[in-house]
Amino acid sequence: MKNEKHGLIVSVSPHIKSEETTSRIMWSVSAALFPAVLMGAYYFGPGAVIAVLLSIFSAVGAEYIYLKALKKKVVVSDGSAFLTGLLLGLNLPPSVPFYIPVIGSLVAVIITKQLFGGLGYNIFNPALIGRAFLLVSFPRLMTVWSEPSAAFVHLDARTTATPLGILKEEGITKLIEVFGDKWNLYSQLLIGSRGGCIGETSVVALLIGAAFLMYKQYISWHIPFSFLGTAAIIAWIFGGQGSLFSGDPLLHLMSGGMILGAFFMATDYVTSPSVKTGQILFGIGCGFLTMLIRLKGGYPEGVMFAILIMNCFSPLIDRGFKAKVFGAVKKQ
Amino acid sequence: MRVALFKGGIHPPDKKNLSADKPITVTSSPERVFIPLSQHLGAPCKAIVTPGQEVKKGELIGEPSGFVSAPVHSSVSGKVIAIAEFLNAMGRMVTSVIIENNGKEEWATLKDTPDFDSLSPEELKEKIKSAGIVGMGGAAFPTIVKLSPPKEKPIDTVILNGAECEPYLTADYRLMLEHPGEIIGGLRILMKIFGVDRGYIGIEDNKPEAIRKMTEILEEKDTIKICSLPVKYPQGAEKMLIKSVTGREIPPRALPMDVKVVVQNVGTARAVFEAVRYGKPLIERVVSVTGEGIRNPLNLYAKIGTLISHLIEQCGGLKENALKVISGGPMMGFALSSLDVPVTKGTSGIVVMSEMEIIHAADFGPCIRCGRCIEICPMGLMPSMLSIYAEKGFYEGAKEYNLFDCFECGSCAFVCPSRRPMVQLIRLAKSMVKP
Repeated sequence: MKNEKHGLIVSVSPHIKSEETTSRIMWSVSAALFPAVLMGAYYFGPGAVIAVLLSIFSAVGAEYIYLKALKKKVVVSDGSAFLTGLLLGLNLPPSVPFYIPVIGSLVAVIITKQLFGGLGYNIFNPALIGRAFLLVSFPRLMTVWSEPSAAFVHLDARTTATPLGILKEEGITKLIEVFGDKWNLYSQLLIGSRGGCIGETSVVALLIGAAFLMYKQYISWHIPFSFLGTAAIIAWIFGGQGSLFSGDPLLHLMSGGMILGAFFMATDYVTSPSVKTGQILFGIGCGFLTMLIRLKGGYPEGVMFAILIMNCFSPLIDRGFKAKVFGAVKKQ
Repeated sequence: MRVALFKGGIHPPDKKNLSADKPITVTSSPERVFIPLSQHLGAPCKAIVTPGQEVKKGELIGEPSGFVSAPVHSSVSGKVIAIAEFLNAMGRMVTSVIIENNGKEEWATLKDTPDFDSLSPEELKEKIKSAGIVGMGGAAFPTIVKLSPPKEKPIDTVILNGAECEPYLTADYRLMLEHPGEIIGGLRILMKIFGVDRGYIGIEDNKPEAIRKMTEILEEKDTIKICSLPVKYPQGAEKMLIKSVTGREIPPRALPMDVKVVVQNVGTARAVFEAVRYGKPLIERVVSVTGEGIRNPLNLYAKIGTLISHLIEQCGGLKENALKVISGGPMMGFALSSLDVPVTKGTSGIVVMSEMEIIHAADFGPCIRCGRCIEICPMGLMPSMLSIYAEKGFYEGAKEYNLFDCFECGSCAFVCPSRRPMVQLIRLAKSMVKP
């Protein structure tokens, strides 16, 4: 509203705002994943980079076309479709054929996000639904793991098994044997020289990104720490062979998609609880379900299903953990 | 002294340095004043003057017509030229007395009472009532109403609000620097009215000079204490201030008197002192005229009824890039549609925002449930849910999320990364349902 005489703007208070915007947050999260992309490219070569790029392009493209077709405001610049594509790409095995990331992105952006009402209204994490769809539709393609070959030169990548796969099928002794010794196993997991999804293997790269997000206060400790803490405790108590309290929590935290999931997927604003205390419960649930699937389930890895299952509970958790209104007395 | 803390709150840039060092200067006398007969909630006053009548400064021109009402006095000496509808800062037409200033500044009522210490609480209240004093922090609630709690609600603490947590505003700060004695004097009068010996002055710790000045003039072992409050908006909101100073929480829908506290703004305390000591009605106040869109920010002593345009002229006028003029602070103030509206008893500041600072909220995004608003809501609400319910038209649903406990401090809208007009949506919901 402009006043003719003075040309003044009239609007409702407040008249100042913080500089934070949705798109800045989305792009920052994408930037925080860059170290993981780099490590993925280093270990898994051009095929991995192409898979990630395809995933991003088809996610952004799908969103653009959908919004155009429905004559809605095109908001792809908010970076959320880009982030979805990036996360899906990082959650793919390195050697998938080109149509895999494309199908995954379409499912993620169109079915999981737009059909539920677009940004802010989706119940499930789009990238994870995209991946779950691919895993159940293309179980073989989605479980071929190339060996990290440390360069673009080894084009004849051999396949290998993921550490969790070995752990599930053949046990801890075999896993240590494959990596030489226990410390070698830990250090390989830390830097990411192991079989796995493109962006999940390098723990150190993921932690650099996570530290950046926590420093910027885009994510808080509540979900990742309760997630990882719960998983570590369960791994320690029940993860051993034979006796209780003989498991290896560190091995479980650093393998599979635990770090990527806890810091970048479970923390998705839209699909996790908004109330901080509720987020702790959400994280505990994620950690518990992950370990339940890893230790007792049919899949070697459980992060994806754990987060998706907990996504369903987010609205309920928010209701249950509604903050106490200022001055209100607790009901007896 | 140690203070409790309220949950939540935000830290907007305070921008007080624009006008903090400008001493209070008296505004040049306006040719005409436009004194609204309704300056706050409650019944409007009845005009008791007629066009053509000569009035003196401080002369009663509007009589209160209800319990929640305060008399209105002339702020100049001169001739009443009309009683007519005139635009106010909130964009409404209100009956106003328009007086032509003869520039003689002849007072009608001034009478010094040096021995005001001997007055009884009832006599003190009578003086405050007839001086037309209202809360000068912004809401302009008649002070006499706050001073008359029902018998079953005893008061044990009086708090003066010197937090001035709104960005930009420096009117209370300057008052505390320049007139600390009168503020303390006003507080002692208020304490005497309630017969209490516990008095506090809450000041945010970004005003160390004010804290020092106020502390200096207290006696040793004084029963009045200065509370240095951590800087956090909305520290100066009544509920948050009481929590910080006394640790008490006002239950939902209750009033400060329900936790035995009365809060007054420091400017009000000074007005109380002047009314009791000199018999001076509330006809002038300090107004910070500031912001990036004004040439020369100042703290002005302005007569009630002076047009805002007159104050802006006094400050060198608007800059080229001025786009929004706010009456009050940028968090809770009103954007003006016209500069030809009068200063009222509740006008704490005029903030002129420039092009740079304006954020167009026209294309706001969906709620991404980041939870920032939930974390910072000082009332412990879920503003995100309130805004979603209001946006979708489920106004009744918003009530389940304690819609009516929101006092519209604007913190949620400040932090929202989707730039959602939270306060606007909440007001919409409030207007559509009954509490």
